[in-house]
Amino acid sequence: MIKVLFFAHLQEMAGTDSITLHVDEITISKLKQTLINEHDINNLEQIMFAINEEYAVDEDLVKAGDTVALIPPVSGG
Amino acid sequence: MNNNRLFRITKEPINVEEVMKKVIRREAGAVTTFVGTVREFTRGKRTLYLKYDAYIPMAEKKLAQIGAEISEKWPEAKTAITHRIGELDISEAAVVIAVSTPHRKDSYAANEYAIERIKQIVPIWKKEHWEDGEMWIGDQLETKHYPTGRPEEEDL
Repeated sequence: MIKVLFFAHLQEMAGTDSITLHVDEITISKLKQTLINEHDINNLEQIMFAINEEYAVDEDLVKAGDTVALIPPVSGG
Repeated sequence: MNNNRLFRITKEPINVEEVMKKVIRREAGAVTTFVGTVREFTRGKRTLYLKYDAYIPMAEKKLAQIGAEISEKWPEAKTAITHRIGELDISEAAVVIAVSTPHRKDSYAANEYAIERIKQIVPIWKKEHWEDGEMWIGDQLETKHYPTGRPEEEDL
């Protein structure tokens, strides 16, 4: 089980702040495809991904129990 | 809530003096305090209020990372940062950064470094509420900062 968190406009696009995926492991790049194909989350080019609160790259592997977050360009300060 | 932590996300109004006091110590000869406030007009467009959202645990971790980066660059500096989330009115403080150092130049430089890094790596988002609509804002540096559309790996 992998938890995926949405923030900012992605939360509105997804209509929820999180979803749970029932997979044991998946790369970030495969996860992106899953989100596009099965969850209608579009325009991921500008979106960073984090695994367990650290920025991740496409090749990184997400494992069961991990929390993934989609991080749109930030605008704090 | 533990208000004494150096790197915090809060839903309450920020007490500037409280943040500043966290970095005051006998070795310091200078304390810079930066207060980022909600601006009413941006390029002629009027903001009614702002809403900030954050990935709170990661945002606090990234604020602490900025503190660690400052300590590497300016070993004698001590940093405290509080960022507010939720709804903020015009002129309210969204972020307060306090840095103390033995001498003033380092304090100014380290403080500026902190706000620039916040705008790069800390997962906080603002939603502008204008007279005629609302929108989540991304990459407000509005520079060629992310030529690839995302922070470079070495920026993280």
